[in-house]
Amino acid sequence: MKFTLSWLKDHLETDATLDQIVEKLTALGLEVEGVEDRSKELKPFRVAHVVSAEKHPDADKLRVLVVDTGTEKLQVVCGAPNARAGLKGVFAPEGAYIPGSDITLKKGVIRGVESNGMMCSERELKLSEEHNGIIELPEDAPVGVAYAEYAGLGDPVIDISLTPDRADCAGVRGIARDLAAAGLGRLRPLAAEPVKGAFASPFGVTIEAPDACPMYVGRYFRGVKNGPSPKWLHDKLVAIGLRPISALVDITNFITFDLSRPLHAFDADKVKGGIVVRMAREGETLAALNGKEYPLDPSMTVIADHERAEALGGIIGGEASGCTETTVNVFLEAAIFDTVRTAQTGRKLGIESDARYRLERGVDPAAVVSGMERATRLILEICGGEASDLVIAGEEPQWRRTLTLRPGRVAALGGVEVPRDEQTRILIDLGCEIVGEDATGESGGTLRVVPPSWRADIHGEADLVEEVLRIHGFDAIPATPLPRDSVLTRPALTTKQRRVGLTKRTLAVRGLSEAVTWSFMAGPVAALFGGVGEGLTLVNPISADLDVMRPSILGNLIQAAGRNADRGYADVGLFEVGPAFRKPSPDGQDIVAAGIRAGNAVPRHWAEKARGVDAYDAKADAMAVLEAAGAPVTNLQVTTDAPGWYHPGRSGVLRLGPTVMARFGEIHPTVLGTLGVKGPVVGFEVFLDAIPLPKKKGGTARPLVQLSPFQPLERDFAFVVGKDVEADKLIRAAKGADKALVRDVTVFDVYQGTNLEEGKKSVALSVTLQPTERTLTEPEIEAIGQKIVAAVAKATGGSLRS
Amino acid sequence: MLDALKDELLSQVNAAGDLAALEEVRVTALGKKGRITGFMKELGGLSPDERRERGQQLNALKDEIAAAIDSRKADLARAHLEARLQAERIDVTLPVRPETEGRIHPISQTIDEMVAIFAEMGFSVAEGPDVEDDFHNFTALNFPPGHPARDMHDTFYLPDAGDKKMLLRTHTSPVQVRTMLNKKPPIRIIAPGRTYRSDYDMTHTPMFHQIEGLVIDEATHMGHLKGCLIEFCRAFFDVDDLPLRFRPSFFPFTEPSAEVDIGCSRKGGELKLGNYGDWLEILGCGMVHPNVLEACGIDSTRYQGFAFGMGIERVAMLKYGIPDLRTFFEADLRWLKHYGFVPLDVPSMAQGLTR
Repeated sequence: MKFTLSWLKDHLETDATLDQIVEKLTALGLEVEGVEDRSKELKPFRVAHVVSAEKHPDADKLRVLVVDTGTEKLQVVCGAPNARAGLKGVFAPEGAYIPGSDITLKKGVIRGVESNGMMCSERELKLSEEHNGIIELPEDAPVGVAYAEYAGLGDPVIDISLTPDRADCAGVRGIARDLAAAGLGRLRPLAAEPVKGAFASPFGVTIEAPDACPMYVGRYFRGVKNGPSPKWLHDKLVAIGLRPISALVDITNFITFDLSRPLHAFDADKVKGGIVVRMAREGETLAALNGKEYPLDPSMTVIADHERAEALGGIIGGEASGCTETTVNVFLEAAIFDTVRTAQTGRKLGIESDARYRLERGVDPAAVVSGMERATRLILEICGGEASDLVIAGEEPQWRRTLTLRPGRVAALGGVEVPRDEQTRILIDLGCEIVGEDATGESGGTLRVVPPSWRADIHGEADLVEEVLRIHGFDAIPATPLPRDSVLTRPALTTKQRRVGLTKRTLAVRGLSEAVTWSFMAGPVAALFGGVGEGLTLVNPISADLDVMRPSILGNLIQAAGRNADRGYADVGLFEVGPAFRKPSPDGQDIVAAGIRAGNAVPRHWAEKARGVDAYDAKADAMAVLEAAGAPVTNLQVTTDAPGWYHPGRSGVLRLGPTVMARFGEIHPTVLGTLGVKGPVVGFEVFLDAIPLPKKKGGTARPLVQLSPFQPLERDFAFVVGKDVEADKLIRAAKGADKALVRDVTVFDVYQGTNLEEGKKSVALSVTLQPTERTLTEPEIEAIGQKIVAAVAKATGGSLRS
Repeated sequence: MLDALKDELLSQVNAAGDLAALEEVRVTALGKKGRITGFMKELGGLSPDERRERGQQLNALKDEIAAAIDSRKADLARAHLEARLQAERIDVTLPVRPETEGRIHPISQTIDEMVAIFAEMGFSVAEGPDVEDDFHNFTALNFPPGHPARDMHDTFYLPDAGDKKMLLRTHTSPVQVRTMLNKKPPIRIIAPGRTYRSDYDMTHTPMFHQIEGLVIDEATHMGHLKGCLIEFCRAFFDVDDLPLRFRPSFFPFTEPSAEVDIGCSRKGGELKLGNYGDWLEILGCGMVHPNVLEACGIDSTRYQGFAFGMGIERVAMLKYGIPDLRTFFEADLRWLKHYGFVPLDVPSMAQGLTR
């Protein structure tokens, strides 16, 4: 919402400076986005008269002018093709800063002729891009007057960002009222005498859709003369960035911005029969004033004549019945339209208009007639003609409501004491009526308040408190520390939340960097990872490659690996902890820790051989996350049924009983191929929500540590087993052979090849025995060895390698 | 005669070039068939007086030679070690074995910092889903259907689920609703998380993060809101005298509502936070609207409180001088290495938020 300082002063009697006004506006919640004050920049420029123009003695294209600046006559050399004697233009003396060309004028000698200043083009004054010649002013322009003042540019333009609740401040008068209430001046009274109708309107108004349009006020004007607006009106509109069109249209725009009262002027000779406010008919269209044609539907309110829709109620007028220079008879509309329908229609058709901006916020329901009267006076004054009686259809919607304010609430909710009298004063200055006071009690009882008709946003006590605080000033509220209910704070995080952080930092320690990628991905990418149902496909995606909610984080990370490789960084380790989506409901998402590695796990180096990533890297990452998150890692089983986006032979699933805790492995080459990423890439997904929470019985104490005084001993066994036998089977069998003594089993060699029967492999285990009661004797150790061999043989059919 | 033997043996000891040669000398002198041993054996044939005198001389000689051998042995061992160490010299300027350490994303780090500060003020962390329904995201938060305030949120919609309009939450405020529906006051929570709006340009991404705060009890007023946010901003930005400005604003779910600016300077195109006279908007807040309390089953005549919401990327950008919002989501390793945080740099109020 833009307005000029002088426009504001039409409504506000004030001595405040521009800076004071700007500061107060922001403090009132009318946030000032910018102030454009051209008068400062244009101060040196004056209206001047070219007395004579002679050809430059040494240059064909230059002229030597004598310029009357109002105070003196100066010689100026000028190259503009339109420089001639008698012209009135804009003169810049030496020393002036020229904003359009970013230079400061100096006295100069051009081709041997002295030049004292310059006649300016529009571009040099930053008025437009025009630079083909110097500015030509009308003959009656007063020589010596500051150009900014003459051109109406001397008026600072203030731009405020309006919150959607303040329809009243979409008019300059509303802004003035807030400033007056805040002590920055006095609101001037608004002339309100009605104009007596000279005849009965030949048009009637019928409202067929009273919900959509509760009140419509119309007036017929005959014999008007439409033409350019007078200078004051023209300048006001130009200053706030509106294009003046013709007096009739300009007056409606002026009232829109002045009083937040949108109007529409029909050329009455193009309206057939009269006005009908109704819902649009299926298939109906409207060629609007903006040159576009819109398809209408029955949810939209139209202003029609007896033949067709002539305007979209509260949004935009139609081209066919718009006013032109030749308009003689006018029908002027001031109406109230339903805010929700106005917003929905505007949104559906994509029309932003000054009328919609106000009507969807809700205009003053009690000012329809007064807005019409003000416009009437302007039309008669500027365009002549005569006005009919008012035609009023529907009635003023009920807006009076009585709210109560307990003055003590201002301190209780706002944290600042505002005296009762001051509260009353503020509310009255904002236009509220105090209809009753229950003045019992020390701080006074409740106030009964009727908010003004233009403040549909005030519904309850909290709103009244806000009004008092807003005008009193938020700055005046003293900052108060939040009281603490205990000396020490309790943990802010639950166990589940805390392990998310542990997971992230564990993975980062392991060399993976944390990424945060979109929760969306492209539908075809999602399909590679199991896909999502229709319910997780966005109705209005921002682009086709971000159109579904991701079923897995891996797709995004793999694509990121590809982008990094394209930049020359092929060794990639990335992880993300975030949501993956199963179904379109609030309980349909899981927190997943996912990561990928690509390129070399160990880069080329003088001391070590390079090694590409493999599934075991991903397994290690997954295990580390599970461990950090407190999963019982020793009880996990590994199965080989990972989903289809993993390499079927190089992937696994970590389960606790039937519950899937994690998946890991090489990414399927087809997936990589489709995503255009060079493999191998390995990845993992850990389902943090699936990990059981630790049981917290018995407090924080850990089980007592058992430190054996006897040394552990290691024995190695090499078994020959079928090549498809999983190592895990051997390990479990060895562990199970003597649960008391076997503390650990590791695999230190896996061999397949010569010296072994076809279809067999050798798996070498190192078994750690931990005696607890006494040192083991050789025969005892031997016996355990045999138990281990027997257990492994039973479980796998394998035998000791001889 | 013994003196000559001593000289001879000592010179042999000193001449021994390695441990083997020295052992040979020891055997020659002190072995079973050694020369000193030989003289010892002859002692039996001497008179007692002679034997005592000779015996003492021989023992002294034996000890002296043995000591010389030990000393020589130590010298040789030292020299040997010295030589070995010289031979073992490596090029310590060679680069070490590669170790990679990952980075924590600035968003995670910033959230951890915020949690650390608000935890000190008694807040705990609440969470809610990204896929929400119209009720939790709008209706319960006092956005009337069709109200233009819904327009301010460029909402991503999912297909309707029965009579429910499903969407991606446009702010973290639905967590307020979920918290109040599940818990009786007093409530003091923060809720960081992902949020979504259909907007993509220099300063907007379709996904971003917010942190929500909510305090509900019987006495919390706007002065507390100011106190809480002033403390937070000064701790978070690490500027002790950072000025805050509370401007009236509008949000459907708070009344009164305010936007908060922090002091800054933009001189010379460089942004600096502090008491420099210029202002920068960083968050929205207000007293929870009675309609919201009632929609969540909380008696608004008894309870009141405040709420605030802040963009996490925005404050991370301000604090850490990160110029472009869009880069947060590109997973560019170079960017992560540069703007990310080492994993053991866990923010806490005790140890400091920022290294």
